[in-house]
Amino acid sequence: MPAKKLNLRKRYELLTRGMGWETTHQDMDDVFPYDSFEGIKITDWDKWEDPFRLTMDAYWKFQAEKEKKLYAVIDSFAQNNGQTNLSDASYLSAIKLFITGVTPLEYGAHRGFAHLGRHFRGDGARIACQMQAIDELRHAQTQIHTISHYNKHFNGLHDPFHQFDRVWYLSVPKSFVEDAMTAGPFEFITSISFAFEYVLTNMLFVPFMSGAAYNGDMATVTFGFSAQSDESRHMTLGLEIIKFMLEQHEDNLPIVQRWMDKHFWRAYRLLALVSAMQDYMLTNSPLSWKEAWDVYFVENGGALFEDLSRYGLKMPKYHELATAEAEHLSHQVWSVFCLLGNATGFHTFLPTEEKMDWLSEKYPNTFDKYYRPRFEHWAKQKEEGTFQYLAALPQLCQVCQIPMIFTEVETDPMQLSFRVSEYKGDKYNTCSDGCKDIFDHEPEKYAQAWLPVHQIFQGNSGGATIPEVLEWYKFAPEDGGDYIGSQDHARWQEWKGADDKVKQA
Amino acid sequence: MSIEISAKTIQPVRLSYGNLKERFGDKKPASRYQEAVYDVQPTTNFQYLPIWNTKHELYDKSKTAIVMEDWYSFADPRQYYYGTYTIARSKQQDVAEHNFSFVDKRDLFDSVPEEVKQAAREILVPLRHVEWAANMNNCQITDECYGSNFSTLAMFNAMDRLGMAQYVTRLGLLLDGNEETSLDAGKQAWMEAPEWQGLRHAIEDMFVLDDWFELMVAQNFVLDGLVFPLLYDRFEKKLTVEGGATIAMLTEFMDDWYKETVRWTNALAKVTAKESEANQELLSKWTNKWTDRLVGALEPVAAKAFGADGIEQLTKVKEELLARLTKSGVTGLKRS
Amino acid sequence: MLDKKNTVFLIVQDNEDARPIIEAVEQDNPDANIQYQPGMVRMEGAGQLVVNRETVEEQIGREWDVQELHLVLVSLAGNVDEDEDKFELSWH
Repeated sequence: MPAKKLNLRKRYELLTRGMGWETTHQDMDDVFPYDSFEGIKITDWDKWEDPFRLTMDAYWKFQAEKEKKLYAVIDSFAQNNGQTNLSDASYLSAIKLFITGVTPLEYGAHRGFAHLGRHFRGDGARIACQMQAIDELRHAQTQIHTISHYNKHFNGLHDPFHQFDRVWYLSVPKSFVEDAMTAGPFEFITSISFAFEYVLTNMLFVPFMSGAAYNGDMATVTFGFSAQSDESRHMTLGLEIIKFMLEQHEDNLPIVQRWMDKHFWRAYRLLALVSAMQDYMLTNSPLSWKEAWDVYFVENGGALFEDLSRYGLKMPKYHELATAEAEHLSHQVWSVFCLLGNATGFHTFLPTEEKMDWLSEKYPNTFDKYYRPRFEHWAKQKEEGTFQYLAALPQLCQVCQIPMIFTEVETDPMQLSFRVSEYKGDKYNTCSDGCKDIFDHEPEKYAQAWLPVHQIFQGNSGGATIPEVLEWYKFAPEDGGDYIGSQDHARWQEWKGADDKVKQA
Repeated sequence: MSIEISAKTIQPVRLSYGNLKERFGDKKPASRYQEAVYDVQPTTNFQYLPIWNTKHELYDKSKTAIVMEDWYSFADPRQYYYGTYTIARSKQQDVAEHNFSFVDKRDLFDSVPEEVKQAAREILVPLRHVEWAANMNNCQITDECYGSNFSTLAMFNAMDRLGMAQYVTRLGLLLDGNEETSLDAGKQAWMEAPEWQGLRHAIEDMFVLDDWFELMVAQNFVLDGLVFPLLYDRFEKKLTVEGGATIAMLTEFMDDWYKETVRWTNALAKVTAKESEANQELLSKWTNKWTDRLVGALEPVAAKAFGADGIEQLTKVKEELLARLTKSGVTGLKRS
Repeated sequence: MLDKKNTVFLIVQDNEDARPIIEAVEQDNPDANIQYQPGMVRMEGAGQLVVNRETVEEQIGREWDVQELHLVLVSLAGNVDEDEDKFELSWH
């Protein structure tokens, strides 16, 4: 007699539920020691639903299919010297920042989700987290493999993991992911799956990968889009977990709202680096940061929070400020990198006339008024040979760890934004009300921060001078500084002739 | 022609990432396995202590008593990174899928004697809980371990165990035409039948082990080293003789999986034992402790599965396991 | 208050495997706004968007598993409802 047919929902339920049991020889609270201390109340883990209902057999099948396609592209990219089809080698600054700043986040997410995949009490939630844990490992590994070819032909890509643990601007992503990982499991998933993946990840991957396509970087497009198919699952997990927490108990709302506020701001500050990638590092940008922000945050994020308002969840605190900052963010971040081009692991360059015209068009309220003059001034100084890099690394925000470069965009865009908190007799500086709130709520956590610039002053970073510190970072002299005149630039000219897409910087 | 020209003019300036150049030299490009698993995990300058475990840094070598000069001295002999891993498993699941649908379409279970089906329900179906526990334990290792080579290995293993728990579940379903009776009975046996309680107790104790390497030994060296040869190999052979070849078709995945897994467990035992006297002693201590405990726990299962022959089958399996680990350099094992 | 339905979207890679899915979306969601962008295709719906298995199967002349959508999926917005016959996005 043929077996009765099971529908997808039923089949999935049988293959993911009921294999776990209530332990009797060990207390369940000892088997799952971490899922209650945060105050989130779960009355029925079985209410957890995984909308994609992937079982392992289907997972292996589809993921192997994706991997085969991806590695076919990576192989042919290498065989055909695909790097010569880039719009310009200066574009690779974005890839250098990506592998040093983003790939290690994927690995962190892998370990963080493995922690949840073991420690959530609900079977369904555990499986969803495990699948994300292995996906994140995939992303780290495929990024390493894709970018490996660029590493063979360009500088600044050779030691991403050593650098992630040390470099002054890479503590921005490092502190972000370690903040989430050192929090409890529900806060971790709110941070990574919801605030980052659902609300903001489109800002990282979609415009950036579309930008890679726009700049002839077929390798990055391929891994990026291949990873995005997993991200869609992860985003959905993020939305489901938020709904799940809010549906389980009304007491969860204020906790979730506070995490949402905190991690939205944390993730948004991290993405400030992406804004510079998008507007300045990409030779040709398909979409400005401001446009991407309007589409993916204001419009989609707005729809999302409207949907969640039935649970009482509000838009994250300071979202209006983030939207106001969208007209300034990339210019401020790229400016600081240009001033510290002697201490970066990627090349910096000033925008060309053509790029500045594009920026004027995309940022009609701010670019010509505040930022074009400074880029033109630096270009003139470069020409006259009077340009000087900053002599020392700048002070970092105690929370987001970005240099204190942001301004009071709502009142006076030329006035630096600067906040101070006191904890146990010491003063701690933050860059914004968002970061100050985060500090003030958990000063005992953020006082621990390993701030790279403080560490240099304390003698923990290879020495007191910039060259000593750079050596400790494993930044080779040819990795940073101006793109024009660099080894990367010379190599590019050897292949492509002398038609430069960027200016001396 | 143009390809020749470009190949001549476009020469790489380096062959590998810096960490791999330091480890393996600069003569040839690093392999994809090496690129994927070496040194990816952060090692220093951690920002904050975990609020859920303030005794350890986020990644901390001291989460196990095992000490390694270099936690990357172990390499997976299968050289699995995500791509090679999923492609290998995808092929295996293709075969498994074919077998399941063949058994279903041709009603092959109709010709399996009822007592053989009953034996499968009683001995094999409860193993879905054992695999589920193995999934949790390997996820625990992924969480706690040190090094991206270990987290990669343990993560793949964890997902394999989920996959196998699901294959056992499908076997259970197919045994009863997709009614859930076998699964329910299996769960009840797991929770209440006397022959399973020793094993369940031991597994629950494994859930709360502090040292992830001890868990590695208990789960992946000892428990798997007993359960797979005993139940997926010897017991299946017995069922096949009794007319249950169909069942063996549906657990072929597990049989292949175990043969593959032994390769890395052997390699891991070897590298860890060779490192130091102290490691060697810990491995012996843990192996002895968990072999005693788990052989004891499996005795009633073996008796139920093989009848009078059960203890002898289990003893043989234990001998094979201890001989294998001894050969890998874990000395001081109690053979009796 | 909610006269205007918020936009849901489904983004897929711009490749051959995605073509029948895009065509099925066009067919079953006549009001969908479909934009071709570098490397990808963005399909927007007012409040709701559906991919039906049957429609995709008509395009390709073979069986199609809804989960095959994962092979070309780039991003989405909206609550997901997937079963063996359809993949649906909506805001409540």
